[in-house]
Amino acid sequence: MPGKLKVKICAGRHLPVMDRASDLTDAFVEVKFSNTTFKTEVYPKSLNPQWNSEWFKFEVDDEDLQDEPLQITVLDHDTYSANDAIGKVYIDIDPLLCSEAATVICGWFPIYDTIHGIRGEINVSVKVDLFNDLNRFRQSSCGVKFFCSTSIPKCYKAVVVHGFVEELVVNEDPEYQWIDRIRTPRASNEARQRLISLMSGELQRKIGLKVLEMGGNAVVGYLQCFDLEGESGLVVRAIGTACTLDKISNTSAAQLPACNSPSKEIKESPPVHPTSHGCRSTHNSPIHTASGSRLTQSFSVSVPTLIYTGMGSGGSAGKDGGHLKTLLRQQTQSALEQREFPFFTLTSFPLGFLIHAGGVVSARSVKLLDRIHNPAFVGIMGNTRSYKLLDWNSFTADEPETRDAWWEEIRQEIKSHAKALGCHAVVGYSESTSICEEVCILSASGTAAVLNPKFLQDGCLDCYSENRLEDTSPPSCGFCHIPYDELNMPFPAHLTYCCNCRRQKVPDVLFTTIDLPVEAAVTGRGCLIQARLCRLKKKAQGEANATAISNLLPFMEYELHTQLMNKLKLRGMNALFGLRIQISVGENMLVGLASATGVYLTALPAPGGIQIAGKTPSDIAYEQHISNIQKKINDTVSRNKELYEIHPLEISEEVIGSPIPEPRQRSRLLRSHSESSDEVSELDLSHGKKDAFVLEIDDADAVEDILSLLTDAPLPTGFYSCNTENMPGIHNWTSSIQMFTTVRVFRLNNVNLTNQGLNKSFNDLCENLLKSLYFKLRSMIPCCLCHLNFTVAVPEDELIQVAATAVAMTFDKDQAQEILKSNTAPMKAISENEEQLQFPMELSSDSPSVQTFPPSKGFLENASPQTIQGTSRATSVDYSSFADRCNSWIELIKLKAQTIRRGSIKTTPSLDKASPLAEGHLRLRSTPSCTDSTVTVVKMTPLSFIPGAKIIKYLGIINMFFIRETTSLREEGGVSGFLHTFIAEVFAMVRAHVAALGGNAVISYIMKECVFMENSNKNQAQCLINVSGDAVILIRESEQEGVPIQTHGSTSQTPQSGGAPVS
Amino acid sequence: MDSNEVKMSVELDVFVGNTTIMDEEVYQLWLDGYTVSDAVSIRMKSGILEQFGTTEDVLESDTMDHYRTFQMTERLLHHPSKLVNQVLFQIPPHRQAMLIERYYAFDEAFVREVLGKKLSKGTKKDLDDVSAKTGITLKSCRRQFDNFKRVFKVVEEMKGPLVENVQCNFLLSDKLARDYAAIVFFANSRFETGKKKLQYLTFEDFAFCACQLIQNWTVGAVDNMVEDMDVDLDKEFLQDLKDLKILITDKDMLDQHKSLVCTGLRGKIQVFNEMEGNFKNLSRGLINIAAKLTNTKDVRDFFIDLVEKVIEPCKADRWLISDVRAFLTQYTNSARALDGFKYVQSS
Repeated sequence: MPGKLKVKICAGRHLPVMDRASDLTDAFVEVKFSNTTFKTEVYPKSLNPQWNSEWFKFEVDDEDLQDEPLQITVLDHDTYSANDAIGKVYIDIDPLLCSEAATVICGWFPIYDTIHGIRGEINVSVKVDLFNDLNRFRQSSCGVKFFCSTSIPKCYKAVVVHGFVEELVVNEDPEYQWIDRIRTPRASNEARQRLISLMSGELQRKIGLKVLEMGGNAVVGYLQCFDLEGESGLVVRAIGTACTLDKISNTSAAQLPACNSPSKEIKESPPVHPTSHGCRSTHNSPIHTASGSRLTQSFSVSVPTLIYTGMGSGGSAGKDGGHLKTLLRQQTQSALEQREFPFFTLTSFPLGFLIHAGGVVSARSVKLLDRIHNPAFVGIMGNTRSYKLLDWNSFTADEPETRDAWWEEIRQEIKSHAKALGCHAVVGYSESTSICEEVCILSASGTAAVLNPKFLQDGCLDCYSENRLEDTSPPSCGFCHIPYDELNMPFPAHLTYCCNCRRQKVPDVLFTTIDLPVEAAVTGRGCLIQARLCRLKKKAQGEANATAISNLLPFMEYELHTQLMNKLKLRGMNALFGLRIQISVGENMLVGLASATGVYLTALPAPGGIQIAGKTPSDIAYEQHISNIQKKINDTVSRNKELYEIHPLEISEEVIGSPIPEPRQRSRLLRSHSESSDEVSELDLSHGKKDAFVLEIDDADAVEDILSLLTDAPLPTGFYSCNTENMPGIHNWTSSIQMFTTVRVFRLNNVNLTNQGLNKSFNDLCENLLKSLYFKLRSMIPCCLCHLNFTVAVPEDELIQVAATAVAMTFDKDQAQEILKSNTAPMKAISENEEQLQFPMELSSDSPSVQTFPPSKGFLENASPQTIQGTSRATSVDYSSFADRCNSWIELIKLKAQTIRRGSIKTTPSLDKASPLAEGHLRLRSTPSCTDSTVTVVKMTPLSFIPGAKIIKYLGIINMFFIRETTSLREEGGVSGFLHTFIAEVFAMVRAHVAALGGNAVISYIMKECVFMENSNKNQAQCLINVSGDAVILIRESEQEGVPIQTHGSTSQTPQSGGAPVS
Repeated sequence: MDSNEVKMSVELDVFVGNTTIMDEEVYQLWLDGYTVSDAVSIRMKSGILEQFGTTEDVLESDTMDHYRTFQMTERLLHHPSKLVNQVLFQIPPHRQAMLIERYYAFDEAFVREVLGKKLSKGTKKDLDDVSAKTGITLKSCRRQFDNFKRVFKVVEEMKGPLVENVQCNFLLSDKLARDYAAIVFFANSRFETGKKKLQYLTFEDFAFCACQLIQNWTVGAVDNMVEDMDVDLDKEFLQDLKDLKILITDKDMLDQHKSLVCTGLRGKIQVFNEMEGNFKNLSRGLINIAAKLTNTKDVRDFFIDLVEKVIEPCKADRWLISDVRAFLTQYTNSARALDGFKYVQSS
């Protein structure tokens, strides 16, 4: 009995009228936890009852504390008939189980009913008294912190990054139980909500156990999803990255820039051995023998540990790759060897963690839900256009398997792909499913990477001497350098010397699933790139269906990849970050949507143009047509370069004055084999050279495809978009943000669907959605839509659903130029003296504009997009002086990298840069006083930060699941009215729960699921929504300067007093 | 290329912001009772498509979203205090104030039609006539009518100052709260304002009168502590007004009064001769109106009587507004100075 849960029901307000006669309600409350129920008195005839109950005390196992939600039901007392339920509140008490999160939950919770939605609010206080449990066979994992953020949380530092944790639990879906035939849909839906809440708790506890076993104390990048498999059940699965996190002490926390910068302290921090976290003993009974009856049907099998040997067998240890690479690899290997899956769900990393990124690895497999199906397709999405189908038949089809085994086989595949790319780890890893009837597509993807072992193992620091690190590449380009051996490449690719350091080889194009590293050198701005594709499929059943789907998948992946590549080149960019490819299956079609943020990495060569080549010769009209298209494409490319401010310096081999090519590399350049003699021309910006990307037009389809490339509407002036955490080229965010969710469902009316027509429609659909967003958010210009990820689904035969949750953030354009200017000034004054360099360098490394080149004068004058669109001004830019300055800039980066390595630079406080925002803060700070509203303002964002504010405390994760149904669809405003209300209600409930935890913001918010079903004839609809995020307390950066941050360790701190709330 | 264009229709289209986005222009169109398609074409005429390089369907989708949001908030706007404490929409306080203020704003043309009428179902049924006459959409008329009625119902039985009651319960600005107080006051006493002769008066004029009446002629005006409230005219006071009849029935009194007024005004007004010639009629007109006010029927005709018996004769003689003011002041003061009258101090 290691815990006591205490609940107090204070009051209710805005209750619905339950008694028509009196227009009032006789409300009382049932409080249920596990198998114990308490009731309050009936508060007669009031819509604003004051129960002021005693503290109801539940004495429970901490295991139950983790699994069970607190269930609060508000009812209307009825003397003569059964009491009517008004609605329910589920409270996840997990945040109270961790001493560093919330200490009390107290606030107004919306009372929710699946039919009526929100029906008033109830004021509840919840506390937990935990007793320490020293039982080493314990089943609970209280105290393990969970974070949805895919980066190390801001007020923590990563001592050790342990690696991948995963778990899944399965249950029958109450909707499909026999009892569903006799009970109401409402009862079924309530049972589902309760069950998923319970399964989420259980899953989290089990993941926590694994983390403790690994010696960690937290899960970062926690992603929990559920699969509604219909009759075959309900799967709740989760993945994450186990870490040992240390709270950053106040002083250093104050010095950290608030937004998106990995803590620099990490390097200085001594290795902390997580001995205090306990429970490192082996777990003899990993399977939870369910106490009681509630989960008897659930099963969950732990994956057996496989130790993967033969790391080097992939032929990746190269002869020419340099000693360092091999050495590094060996060390990383030793650190990663013990790991079954060296996967990391993180997408951004502490400085120095990521050494090389190899490219995207992905695997898909089609399964029949009632029996096992051979994985039909697995492939590498590398960083070239090459496409590879790996042949594999490693298991027999008749063997009975669980969902666990399905995922394991996918993960093994991912792992082997990573190995083929010469990488030992996969970062930015994620998993997803798409289910239609009994067919299920399992997908996994990530970025193959080589990591710094320093962070991976405790105590490994000693065996890794610092001076070896010094040979590695500068952080601004190091991650681009190929991890694989150039003579033994997994796919054909053009390699060139890094345009940044000129020492290592880089690919011509780099695709990744991670966020753009903050230290990366980028030219110009980034933009959202989407590839969209529909493929018709015959309706089929069972295995035939699965086979048809598996046959289609490779073609879809290939086409999506080609589209991405074309669009990337069309924008004059050379790398993709945050790539997410989603393939959804429907009855008669497959829909594919790939989103990523394109950037021009300074380290990578300039992309060649797109060249159109016709196959049919000697037709003048045709030739004419082709040259027209070619011209259009060329125009688009140059227009885009203007738009995204991509003006890379043209480094030619003639730049002898540049000190970069050292003799050693010179000789290597000469030694390189014939193919790499292309390198010289690679650097040419002009189109039509032999390195250009050639598109062959051999039939009408191809022409259509090419033309469709050009149909992507240009971004309206003042708008930028990306699907990642940070937008290259924009840093000076104002505090004005607007998070939104948008959902659209389209019906295809044409009976004779063709692939082409379908594609066009789908393309239009996505474009229109984007256009709508731009229009709606026009008042925020200049602004950037961040984390703009679309999810597609095919809910019915001819329906396509697209949903997106993103945040629009405004930025200050003038300020951007000022920062650029102020940075340019010290740049010009730079002498050869390193000592003199340090100050301005350090300044700029704290100010985010480090990635931008000091622009030439002409550049600055034309920096606003309005003028860029209008004028062609390429001639006005003095490229030679620009290039000169850039060269010196590269020098600086090099120098800086070295000084950092020596640890000679002290972190300078970067508070200065917050001051221009102060005006805005002051205005905002004064607002709370002018309202007497009892509702706390809660900001929400899908990103892991909120500009202008500093996270001072993480309060725990929010993971909520709701079902809403209606039998009066028309009366509620049709499908749109119904869903609009529901989404608003979900936001409201998330905000209320965060406020009750004492928080004022949700970060890393995502809508993981939005399943909408309707039957207009019956006037019915139903929708399921699953959302998650991290509840946090924010303070304005400007406040932080004056007010000393309160001591973090104090557990007695009540959330109400925690930090000045951000308005 | 070929005609395999797939027809698509949007089944569902929603956009929900964490902070509720509300476009003031669309809000006004919604308040004005335009349908979505009307609103779209009005917005298009404003050149918004060209300005933001967008298309009609984008505009339609945006308008739909807004209309849905407004429909959902309407329920809350009926009880503005609920809007402040609701959890469904996160709206910054200044936007909330804007929503409420605009929702309770009314059209001059409309209020002139309804002012002083009983806020009953019958009146509501006639709103289509009002709509046809004023050119205000029926929907908008209904909203405005319902607002009047809602405010009336809430403050009708309430104690204390009328304007403050309106303001506390509906969170309106000072100006709008005063206007509503006037509307409530007129509706309660059912003052006739619709007659042709009264058409030249604006709502502003009536609101000023209402303000004066509330301040000087209601129970609350006499004693703030009294149980009754600002809405009703003080019966006792109206009864007392009957005593004024002596000013026109008693010949001596009438002459004395006239001479006092004439003495006071000599050389001070332009229309002295007309005033002197017409004094008896004017005084009779005024006193008769005052003495009849105990009858509810005559209370309703208060304004029409004033116009017919006082204002029109003055107008005919081309009185200036300053002349009228000077005359009335002198008229009141002189009456007070009369022998048998010194105890009536409170007119």
